[in-house]
Amino acid sequence: MSDPPPPVVLPLPYGSGLFGGLRAGATSVFMVVIVGSYVSIGALAHDLGFPLPWLVLSSLLVWAAPAQVILITALGAGAAPFEVALAVSLSSMRLLPMVVTLLPMLKTPRTRTRDVIVPAHLTAISVWIEALRLLPKVPRDARIGFANGLGACFMGGAVVASIVGFGLAHALPALLVAALLFLSPMSFLMSALRNARITADRVALAVGLVLAPVLAWRAVDLDLLWTGLAGGAAAYAAQRIQAALR
Amino acid sequence: MSASGDPSLLGPYVLLILVGFLPNEVWRMLGVVLARGLNEESEIIAFARAVATAIVTGVVGKLVVFAPGALAGVPLAGRIGAAALGVAAFRLAGRSVLAGVTAATLAIVAGMLVVGG
Repeated sequence: MSDPPPPVVLPLPYGSGLFGGLRAGATSVFMVVIVGSYVSIGALAHDLGFPLPWLVLSSLLVWAAPAQVILITALGAGAAPFEVALAVSLSSMRLLPMVVTLLPMLKTPRTRTRDVIVPAHLTAISVWIEALRLLPKVPRDARIGFANGLGACFMGGAVVASIVGFGLAHALPALLVAALLFLSPMSFLMSALRNARITADRVALAVGLVLAPVLAWRAVDLDLLWTGLAGGAAAYAAQRIQAALR
Repeated sequence: MSASGDPSLLGPYVLLILVGFLPNEVWRMLGVVLARGLNEESEIIAFARAVATAIVTGVVGKLVVFAPGALAGVPLAGRIGAAALGVAAFRLAGRSVLAGVTAATLAIVAGMLVVGG
């Protein structure tokens, strides 16, 4: 047998490393989605009386749109702090499997734990989806820089968009706000469809789409946690069955 | 006067850290700890990826079915129809995310104009 062929690395049109990640983020469909979502979050924070620096800090520190919406609406309505913390934490559980799947793609044998703290903090649905799609084309030792560039670009866009939304809160028509609310779920759905290449992904996608609303409608606690575990188990079983039939 | 004497000034920032940042960030840092020593091809990674995918589409399903705010003006069938139209456009345009998102969003706007008009 001859030596295995060298791995094929398809060059990215925008290069690799930090700068490549920034450019990949700026040209991603998700930039439009993030800007739309954060314009509406900025308007919401303005309407509920939060100061602008608080809004900017919440994007930098929390960096998870659903958690920020919960935080702003619940604190704005005067909910008990413990209940708000619980609601935020439940909505952010998805970050755990995302970080667990992203970090092994970034690591080299020389990577220290502290090198992956920043990419872990920048992980959000949008960053995770785009990183998983693009990182296989990036040379391994340039991946942490690429992920940081991608995340920083999205976060920067979010901060600017939230400031714009805060300033324009009075001028935004209801129709536009509703359209912005539909942008993120639709972009997540289309990206999940695009990234679903193997049966396991398709099974997980379908289980999530159907099971979560059913569980929420039946008022089952921790609906997204059960949805994730059921989707993961079904996908694993589907892959096993497929392998056995082959 | 110290800043801490005025709860209206310091309050929201302390709350941001305690009930916003920390309960959210704990999952990311737990991920950093659990990802140590795992490699990309391990079965745990494949499982975690499927869990994350199911949660993401679960969020989508919940947002479409239990529409927040202004979206609730369009009836459930209209919201599901707009999403289905988006998926059809995604397929027709050769798996284009941009085409799918654009078609779904235009469909929901059209739905709101019909309902509101």
